Amino acid sequence: MADTAVKTHREPLFHVVKRDDMPWWKAWAIRAATIVIAFFIVGLLSAAVTEKSFGETYSVMFSGVFGRLFEGRTTMLWKYLQEIAILLCLALALTPAFKMKFWNCGAEGQALMGGLAPIVCMIELGPKLPYPVLIAVIAITSIIAGAIWGVIPAIFKAWFNTNETLFTLMMNYIATQIIAYYVYLKGGGSNVINPVEYGNFPAVGNNNYFINIVVVAVITVIMYIYLKYSKQGYEISVVGESQNTARYIGINVKKVIIRTMVISGALCGVTGMLLVAGTDHSININSVGGQGFTAILMSWLGQFNPFIMVIMTALVVFLRIGVSKVADTALLNSSFSEIMVGLVILLLVGCEFFINYSIKFKHSKKEARV
Amino acid sequence: MIIQFICRAILLGVPLLYGSTGEIVTEKSGHLNLGIPGIMYVGAISGVVGSFIYENSCGNDIANMNPFLAVIIPLLCAIAGATLMGLLYSFLTVTLHANQNVTGLALTTLGIGLGNFLGASLINITKSELPSIALTKTSSFFSAKLPFADDLGWFGELFFSHDFLTYLAIVIALAVSFVLNRTRVGLNLRSVGENPATADAAGINVIKYRYLATCIGSAIAGLGGLQYVMAYASGVWSNNAFGDRGWMAIALVIFALWKPSMAIVGSFVFGALCNANNYIQGLGTETQELFKMLPYVVTIIVLIITSMRKKREHQPPANLGLNYFREER
Amino acid sequence: MDKQPAIELKNITKRFGKVVANKDVNLTAYRGEILSILGENGSGKTTLMNMISGIYFPDEGEIFIDEKEAVITSPKDAFSYKIGMIHQHFKLVDVFSEAENIVLGLEDGKYNLKASTEQIKKISEQYGFELDVDKKIYTMSVSEKQTVEIIKVLYRGADILILDEPTAVLTPQETEKLFNILRRMRDDGKCIIIITHKLHEVLSLSDRVSVLRKGEYVGTVNTAETSESELTEMMVGKKIELNIERNEPHDTIDRLIVNGITCVDRMGTTVLDDVSFTAKSGEILGIAGIAGSGQRELLESIAGLQHLSSGEILYLNPKTDSIENLRDKTPMQIRNMGVRLSFVPEDRLGMGLVGNMDIVDNMMLRSYSKGHSMFLKRKKPKDLAMKIIHDLEVVTPSASTPVRRLSGGNVQKVLVGREIAASPTVLMVAYPVRGLDINSSYMIYNLLNEQKEKGVAVIFVGEDLDVLVELCDRIMVIGSGKITGVVDGRTTTKEEIGLLMTKSKQEGESDNG
Repeated sequence: MADTAVKTHREPLFHVVKRDDMPWWKAWAIRAATIVIAFFIVGLLSAAVTEKSFGETYSVMFSGVFGRLFEGRTTMLWKYLQEIAILLCLALALTPAFKMKFWNCGAEGQALMGGLAPIVCMIELGPKLPYPVLIAVIAITSIIAGAIWGVIPAIFKAWFNTNETLFTLMMNYIATQIIAYYVYLKGGGSNVINPVEYGNFPAVGNNNYFINIVVVAVITVIMYIYLKYSKQGYEISVVGESQNTARYIGINVKKVIIRTMVISGALCGVTGMLLVAGTDHSININSVGGQGFTAILMSWLGQFNPFIMVIMTALVVFLRIGVSKVADTALLNSSFSEIMVGLVILLLVGCEFFINYSIKFKHSKKEARV
Repeated sequence: MIIQFICRAILLGVPLLYGSTGEIVTEKSGHLNLGIPGIMYVGAISGVVGSFIYENSCGNDIANMNPFLAVIIPLLCAIAGATLMGLLYSFLTVTLHANQNVTGLALTTLGIGLGNFLGASLINITKSELPSIALTKTSSFFSAKLPFADDLGWFGELFFSHDFLTYLAIVIALAVSFVLNRTRVGLNLRSVGENPATADAAGINVIKYRYLATCIGSAIAGLGGLQYVMAYASGVWSNNAFGDRGWMAIALVIFALWKPSMAIVGSFVFGALCNANNYIQGLGTETQELFKMLPYVVTIIVLIITSMRKKREHQPPANLGLNYFREER
Repeated sequence: MDKQPAIELKNITKRFGKVVANKDVNLTAYRGEILSILGENGSGKTTLMNMISGIYFPDEGEIFIDEKEAVITSPKDAFSYKIGMIHQHFKLVDVFSEAENIVLGLEDGKYNLKASTEQIKKISEQYGFELDVDKKIYTMSVSEKQTVEIIKVLYRGADILILDEPTAVLTPQETEKLFNILRRMRDDGKCIIIITHKLHEVLSLSDRVSVLRKGEYVGTVNTAETSESELTEMMVGKKIELNIERNEPHDTIDRLIVNGITCVDRMGTTVLDDVSFTAKSGEILGIAGIAGSGQRELLESIAGLQHLSSGEILYLNPKTDSIENLRDKTPMQIRNMGVRLSFVPEDRLGMGLVGNMDIVDNMMLRSYSKGHSMFLKRKKPKDLAMKIIHDLEVVTPSASTPVRRLSGGNVQKVLVGREIAASPTVLMVAYPVRGLDINSSYMIYNLLNEQKEKGVAVIFVGEDLDVLVELCDRIMVIGSGKITGVVDGRTTTKEEIGLLMTKSKQEGESDNG
């Protein structure tokens, strides 16, 4: 008897079983609960480091993001929407590539190159071309620049199966150095270029960001339709799921990889254009500011669905602005918000476990009898 | 001039060597840890925090500092910080089966954030005018040369003038190489990365190996961050200065074909490339910026070349990037 | 003779989600005997054995080893009870050598490959294995890999050996050799358990047979006192006729002429060597061979998925009576040329279907590109999906269920259904009944026969020689990428085919010598 008692404690207390039958509403309930918990933790941590009360922390966060919205001042709200638009646009750009299982980690570089084209046009052609022509040239060149930066790794992936994760990463740094070079060249030895007055997107109703936001909203809807209802979107899914199947039914896999990365890079290029011609009217090596990496996580958390990505980016941008504000008021470094964003994403990544697996506890007979 | 160039290349290459040795250990277990850049940041800042506390406790007077403690405290802090990050990564990917790429990238965001936040906080505490924090005293212990190095002329400078973390990096890389190829633990680890189901059936604890490989790999990578601050930057921490070395370390793994001994050579070559722009005469500031892209261009060329040759022994571990779940049907 | 029970299972139950894989199974195996576990595919044999070898842990019930209760939570525990399992899918690391694979996971003593090698050689001599210990696994044939697996468990001192479908990939000659080795081990006092669904093997090898049906234990009989029909009845629950109908082909004309095709793979190995044959309408052409002898490459070459270094593939179009060369055409081009070629590949979820897509989207794989619209039309694929679900009795919650959630048989019905719905003139199927239960298998055979009656040229790659001999009109044998013979399905024997399967291998060996 003593013998068996020793052995029973070796029986696993629980084991993990894979499941794929969870209804969608339950899965989203788990994700929503995780977000609530994550926000609670963020609040607690922020309160702890800033020595504020929990409630105060949140009120700083909200006013940091929305400003005095209730008094009719919408400036902060527009700024918030603008930041969502930029991050969302990058996430949308990456989505077709990810659906194809192509790890495009080069949104940063593709957007920088997409921003380089407009600034060159604005500086070199700005005084020479009429405004509508200039805007058209800016749009076309930035799309082409982003697409080229995206398609180079794709070509090597298609022919030699070159690791695209590292290739696209390295392309980021090459793009950064090109921007640094150009900025030194045009900034007269400093690392800033003064805002250029030509080729700026017009303000609508006194609002500088309106055009950016509308453009991204349109892209969101188009991307949803493209992925779900178009033949090309279907081809992307098949290539992503199984290249063997794609070949078997006669899809030209190389063509799909290259076409998809042209689209992905071009959209990143558009983001760069929105940043340069639509926002900053200038460029520097931090113009995209690491959002290319955050966008990867946004796209993944959005489960390839553009509308869910809207929610995810809204949450993350809220944290980014809000927590920075909290840190600012306590004279802390705004990198604190990066830590919080990383933490929330890790929690969301971890919660997928409870959606895809279930834990079965083992009830030994001896316990059952008691 | 040439000797100085080589020494500088070695100094620049060592953080990459730590990073890539750590990543090789992790990848051999089948996990692609894209959190290495963040982990190296955390390693660096943990070391900085540790030595900051120790320097202050000695009243900022070098005479009061015990050389052994001055070295071992930052060292242990760096290892502890990096290992904790590795533990977080393994918990998410091994136990919770989370996507490795996404977890890694999120970890990098977190790690860089931690590094910059803690760095900025320390700068706040010192009320320094400069946006950096200097630990020159601790650094002097770290970058002590071998005593006879100066007597041997260029030979001494080339082989004996480096800081001890440089030698440690080479020793670790060689040790990892030995363990992987000549010991039972190495055989088991490689089998876990090649075919975890087989390893499991052979009675190897796949989960344990994956946790250990990731944590040990992270600890090694964390030392790279420390070496950068203490030896390369002479004890000066400033935010974002570490830059993209973590990504280059990951690229170096492919360059080295998953062999730590190859990584030694590779890291020094990368170090030389990073530094080439300073040694070419007559470059303007803006052209220097263009030259700084050299290491990245070379990395890409290496990536392409390795992907074009298809020898079986040169391929990544067959199960790289895939999580293992025993009861998967 | 008084026999010692080596292993006893009592009331073992195992569930995967809602699926009950084993329910209340009781079983005893003795030392010095060979016990067969017989059951159809999906009857829970492998799951049961995986619980003995520590891969799964039972939800309920107990395991006794040498009459003492044992808790086996990991493969390591299984080794400590001297249990060794040889899995159907070999658990070997491809880039390791034989010796490295054999010592993998052991913990006792110093890591010394040389000493281990000596011991491996000793075991090999004792039972008559012939192998090079330094050979890498990825360069080995299937039967060599199996030998490595067996030596591996013997090296660990196993005296309870479990073999999961060990003959599935062997030629009749290799099977006989394996059986002799197993008999020698039994006479050594070891307990041997083999999992199988092949009746004749059960009868020729084992001492006793335990039968499982749908996860439940049916009973155990002494081999000497039973018959094939009794076992079949135990296995499937009702008496069924195991004859496949085979009508005489009529109005046969040449449909596909393959002329001297040679194919070299990426590693530089010649996988197809000057292969020529003709497939005729209204007949089933069987292709037999050891696994990996070029069957897959042959079918893929015809389907436009392989690059050929020489030869031609001629298709005689029945509509236009023109002759088309399919060489170097992509599958899309072949389809656009009006060639009605259907292909059921070996890898169903990895090639024929997309596991994560639902049945409707999988129907669309063949037809999505039709028309000039940029957008997909899901109406027709949906109708087709409903028709196939109805006609082929596919068991699925709905047409929008991802196909990976279906059982093996239903997955195959979806795939074969889609390929037949394209009304082909040439139908190629690779291992179409692998992993299917008897009822589903016979449904597939009937579908193939129906296509033959309609005048389709059917090409059937199979592994079970009994089925090939019963179903096919002609059987072509392929060995190491070469055609080693074509025989008449009505007059040939398994032994003749078995000899042809190894023919080119032996020629190759004598060339070297």
